[in-house]
Amino acid sequence: MERIKTLETRDMCESAKNGGCGECQTSCQSACKTSCGVANQQCENK
Amino acid sequence: MLHQYKLNGYNIVLDTCSGSVHSVDDVAYDIIAMFETSTEDEIVAAMMEKYSDREDVTEEEIRLCIGDVAALKARGKLFTPDTFAPMAGTLKERSGDVVKALCLHVAHTCNLNCSYCFASQGKYHGDRALMSFEVGKRALDFLIEHSGTRRNLEVDFFGGEPLMNWDVVKQLVQYARSVEKQHGKRFRFTLTTNGMLIDDDVIEFSNREMSNVVLSLDGRKEIHDRLRVDYAGNGSYDRIVPKFRRFVQARGNKSYYMRGTFTHANPDFTKDVFHMADMGFTELSMEPVVCAEGDPAALTKEDIETVKEQYEILAKEMLKRQQEDRPFTFYHYMLDLTEGPCIYKRISGCGSGTEYMAVTPWGDLYPCHQFVGEERYRLGNIWDGVTNTALREEFRACNAYARPECADCWAKLYCSGGCAANAYHATGSIRGVYKPGCELFKKRIECAIMMRVAEDAAKNR
Repeated sequence: MERIKTLETRDMCESAKNGGCGECQTSCQSACKTSCGVANQQCENK
Repeated sequence: MLHQYKLNGYNIVLDTCSGSVHSVDDVAYDIIAMFETSTEDEIVAAMMEKYSDREDVTEEEIRLCIGDVAALKARGKLFTPDTFAPMAGTLKERSGDVVKALCLHVAHTCNLNCSYCFASQGKYHGDRALMSFEVGKRALDFLIEHSGTRRNLEVDFFGGEPLMNWDVVKQLVQYARSVEKQHGKRFRFTLTTNGMLIDDDVIEFSNREMSNVVLSLDGRKEIHDRLRVDYAGNGSYDRIVPKFRRFVQARGNKSYYMRGTFTHANPDFTKDVFHMADMGFTELSMEPVVCAEGDPAALTKEDIETVKEQYEILAKEMLKRQQEDRPFTFYHYMLDLTEGPCIYKRISGCGSGTEYMAVTPWGDLYPCHQFVGEERYRLGNIWDGVTNTALREEFRACNAYARPECADCWAKLYCSGGCAANAYHATGSIRGVYKPGCELFKKRIECAIMMRVAEDAAKNR
């Protein structure tokens, strides 16, 4: 029986090869202004 | 690095460094926990004993599951080693001194007198002032000149209350639009407002020009009016809510956030989030107050525990409302597992003091809006550029691997090392760690990922 369900996710190690364009939104520029979260930013280069 | 947790009936395994998320049953959860430290036979024996009352848990089944775990490891989806530390500074080094986002403090004054305001009622512990068009224009030119090859430039009209300097905001937007094409740039504007001065002109102009508007509302009337008062001490809720409704209705599909702050007065902040959702607002954000320890608004240790429970309540209620076809979003739960940021973004820190800076009404540059008014954190000005280069290097060195406390933390690729301003205010150093903030951040990420797992399960049901 299937005991493990793997969700579809972006592979971080792969993204090391073609990422880093720097065009995505600055972390604090949306709604929070008082904390830092980067994981909820959208990639601008996909 | 793995993080395993159980939430809302789901067993979740995060493989932090690959970004993989697994939803597993109890047996697989326990097998994964033992996998790196026990032999296959030891795992089989432990599982057979623990699940002796379960008919479906046979030795053959357990060995199959161990094989699945080994296969996931071989495919780089479990137990992925953390090899990113040497890359942590590369994006910022490659970017050089590029600046791509400015927080323009167009008004160091405010028409509300909120006691919890981190900006001390918009004055940032200094004098009241409005930014002139000339200063704002120079700030935009500074941004264009220092943006290198970056195409997307972000400008947040911030305060104080930016609508107290609305004509200058409009002129600055018009100026930016008049020059962006010739420089190959695209400006994205954000307006952050308390809503008191919203009128038809603000709505029409903002809905045309602002990529995002952030509207300050703390939730329930009694909570909002407790702190968000005018200088006569009158609450602002009844005056702003109708304006916010009109603004959002006219906004169509463009981004907005209703953004509140919760304090010691309402650690049960989900009631405020649900209040906003029940009013028909669907894009919501609620942030813990940032203030000095001992301030009556500050969250206590007991409050932190309450808030963590509240984050779970919020996630469960959001899932319920999704099923009922009346969804709303919560900023911190907007985790896109497939289209989210690359590893460079995740490890490079927030960008304050390097690619992101705040500009005062007088044209001084600070690493971000939360440092404005702290004289030792002045970076330079928009005419001479960054003159305190040592300070810029301090901020450049802030990243997910800059703090020894974060070395074994599973969440560092989600927070990128955390907020430098929070660290500074809590510890006196931008390289410090604001521990209550970490606790809340980790709970938020656990909830956000649980929601993706639950959504995936619902989709496949």
